[in-house]
Amino acid sequence: MLQGPVIILTSFAYLGILFAIAYYADQRADAGRPVIANAYVYSLSLAVYATAWTFYGSVGRAASDGVGFLPIYIGPTLMIALWWLVMRKIIRISKQNRITSLADFIASRYGKSALLGGIVTIIAVIGILPYISLQLKAVSTSYSILVQYPEIVMPQALGEQSMRDDTALWVALILAAFTIAFGTRHLDAAEHHQGMVAAIAFESLVKLLAFLAVGVFVTFILYDGPGDLFARAAAQPKLRSMMMPLEGVAGGYASWAWLTVLSMMAIMFLPRQFQVTVIENLDERHLNKAIWFFPLYMVAINLFVLPIAFGGLLHFPLGRVDGDTFVLTLPMVERQEGLALLVFIGGLSAATGMVIVETIALSTMVCNDLVMPVLLRMRSLRLNERPDLTQLLLGIRRGAIVLILLLGYLYFKLAGEAYALVSIGLISFAAVAQFAPAVLGGIFWKGGTRSGALAGLIAGFAVWLYTLLLPAFARSGWLPISLLEEGPASIALLKPLALFGLAGLDQITHAMIWSMLANIGAYVGVSLSASPGVDEHRQASLFVDVFRQGGEGGGARFWRGTASAPELYNLLARFLGLAAADAAFREYAGARGKRWPEDALEADAELVHYVEVQLAGAIGAASARVMVASVAKEEALTIEELREILDEASQVVVYSHRLEQKSRELEAATTELRAANERLKELDRLKDDFVSTVTHELRTPLTSIRAFTQILLEHPDVDAEQRGRFLAIITKETERLSRLINQVLDLSRIESGKAEWRDTEVDMRSLIGDAVTGMSQVFEESRIKVELELPQRVTPVRADTDRITQVLLNLLSNAAKFCEPGRGHIRIGLRDEPDALRVEVRDNGPGIDPRDQALIFDKFRQVGDTLTGKPHGSGLGLHISRQIVEHFGGRMWVESRRGEGACFAFTLPHG
Amino acid sequence: MFKEKAKEPRFVAICMLGIVLFNFPVLALFNVPGTLFGIPVLYAYIFVAWALLIVLLALVAER
Repeated sequence: MLQGPVIILTSFAYLGILFAIAYYADQRADAGRPVIANAYVYSLSLAVYATAWTFYGSVGRAASDGVGFLPIYIGPTLMIALWWLVMRKIIRISKQNRITSLADFIASRYGKSALLGGIVTIIAVIGILPYISLQLKAVSTSYSILVQYPEIVMPQALGEQSMRDDTALWVALILAAFTIAFGTRHLDAAEHHQGMVAAIAFESLVKLLAFLAVGVFVTFILYDGPGDLFARAAAQPKLRSMMMPLEGVAGGYASWAWLTVLSMMAIMFLPRQFQVTVIENLDERHLNKAIWFFPLYMVAINLFVLPIAFGGLLHFPLGRVDGDTFVLTLPMVERQEGLALLVFIGGLSAATGMVIVETIALSTMVCNDLVMPVLLRMRSLRLNERPDLTQLLLGIRRGAIVLILLLGYLYFKLAGEAYALVSIGLISFAAVAQFAPAVLGGIFWKGGTRSGALAGLIAGFAVWLYTLLLPAFARSGWLPISLLEEGPASIALLKPLALFGLAGLDQITHAMIWSMLANIGAYVGVSLSASPGVDEHRQASLFVDVFRQGGEGGGARFWRGTASAPELYNLLARFLGLAAADAAFREYAGARGKRWPEDALEADAELVHYVEVQLAGAIGAASARVMVASVAKEEALTIEELREILDEASQVVVYSHRLEQKSRELEAATTELRAANERLKELDRLKDDFVSTVTHELRTPLTSIRAFTQILLEHPDVDAEQRGRFLAIITKETERLSRLINQVLDLSRIESGKAEWRDTEVDMRSLIGDAVTGMSQVFEESRIKVELELPQRVTPVRADTDRITQVLLNLLSNAAKFCEPGRGHIRIGLRDEPDALRVEVRDNGPGIDPRDQALIFDKFRQVGDTLTGKPHGSGLGLHISRQIVEHFGGRMWVESRRGEGACFAFTLPHG
Repeated sequence: MFKEKAKEPRFVAICMLGIVLFNFPVLALFNVPGTLFGIPVLYAYIFVAWALLIVLLALVAER
């Protein structure tokens, strides 16, 4: 049943399903309802990390090294724990700067350097070629094996070289066509490929299910559970040693540790991982889920690796069947056609997932960071004047995809045969690990410079070429093998596998140690030896301090120059197309409350920066910079100016906080001062009034005293009776004078708080009685009837007896003063209220106008004057009384209506 | 809501723990012959430790 056509048809059907998923996801994305805006889809798309290497190669590695395959999956788990610090930052930076690829990221960080972007692209392409060839090898090998069903024949034994090679070539071409259809259908300014991500997530499910199916089949159907499987393996002396494998492997724990480090770097810096993790990320919060879900996926896909490996070793005579094919050959030898086909599809999905994302990522790099910068600089092409460049961009990317896959095929033919799958993949891992110092240094260390990054990358890559790629070619016979055994020109110190005599390590560990030393050493050393330029300084600050800046406008403050909005618009339209450019400008204008194209937009730094960022999304930061520079004249910032801006920026936040606080304090102080000033002014006015009133009040009795004494002095012959009358007036006025002076003194003592208070228990009943008695003569003289309404008993209050008497006398004399002689009637009431004692003095005088009721307690207010035409006392009495009552926590007020008498009342709170 | 800043030291600690668990000498302690419920000790250890790390990651990440 498993003939070639069936397998091929199934494969195409599977690819068709993928394409349908991608198409559907793209449609949904265009409709604004993305299917991939989901943390689980995001996590599954990260599982593009598990390729044919994982699917076939892990078992192969396990069959020779035991648990030696695991660091590749444990490393990412350790790294992902740090993603909250590292990856979140990278994602934030990339979103703000519209980063389109890893090369773009590094180029952008180090001053939008086109050279650096180009170098990174070249390293990435060359470094990834072995990895792509691995996928081609896996698919073509698995196909070759599967078509032999039910025989188990290793491809090497077939002897039909041309046929197998053709398989790999066909696989490469089909995948290229498929990737082009997937990834370069249209140009997106944000470089999102939502359809691709959805398809990749689906592929992750397929490969996991296929692998688990084989695992369950081998462990539980072929054998009686893991215990049985391992027990049988332990019974064979050759396999028992593999249960304790770490000491058996060259390098042992050191190799284990280095593989862990290597995979920690790979999970971040493989171009396809950067693509799905950073570029395709729709929402930073998806990281929360991915941080545990992705490691969980890796545990699941590794769970059955060792059982399958031991199953294969137990099943097949040692060395007859390649460990890399156990996943496929075990179902085949057990005549499980369906399972074998499922495995083939699982392997296919692992390989296609990797190839699709990797080549899309690489083609974006090649286009944006290698080809476009060169084309844009070639003035003879007059690219600046082409109205629409989107087709050119897409064309370059399609070409790059085909080229990369063909190069992968070439590598497979040249060097792929001598190595197992995992070894091929590790060479690529070591290559992308070279990006780690430049990226990690770039986001956490402002001191890293462009020349430092260049030096580090080139040094590390050179060591990689020498210690990993060169030996791969030598082993395949394309270079003399003596190069490995004796060193170039027989210099033993330069042997690629034991550089400077460092022997006894496995190849990867050896290469990692030297390349990382060279890379980090050169990066740090060169960075420290020269100070960065303006662009580098600016970008360093934008990247390292990304969490401290707000929004996308962060880069605008560094730009100074002149530009015109229509030119910027035309530029954008050339690269993105009219519709996208229109949308971008509308969005920009809308955010500023304007309309495009109705309102003229000011071509300020913000707009220029906006356009550059939009453009960067399509052609990369370095190219975007060149293009924007072609229409906008930028005035160069000097390094001092930049430093100033940067210093300002970091200090401005602190300053503005302080300023805000200060101004708040100032405001509060101002309000207080203003109030105080008002009060002072009022007091001043009152004092003036007071002084003038007091002098006026003093003058009246003085005048009369003086007048009468003068009469007595000038007319000594005044008769005795008249003299007596005069003297009586003088005495009365003197008394009035001294009373006034006493009251003024009293008032000033009370107001200044210097008055003496002697608080005792006061029985209000007896006080009222005493006061009335004291006033009885006055009442009799004026024939005023006094009525007391006193309860039997009232709650005693704490107060100063003399002062309260003063208040009572004041109220009583006021009442007496205003009563008409002969018809006067005064009622004194005393009541116990819930929390205070209330005293009322009611008269039947003329009453007080409501307008005046609030005023009579002021100093020197005498409402009665206007009625009677003569002064009645100083005008201080009520004021002092109220002060006294308020001193004891009470209240004093008046209730009255014109013509109905007045009722003065006060309360004193219960002790 | 868990403060974003507060997550950082926890994640770093989990990473440190992972590095300790999956390296010499802890790894060597379990690199011994024999089986645990029929599974080679080292193999069982690695997967248990791995699962522990993931549980910790999930606890911190999802808070």
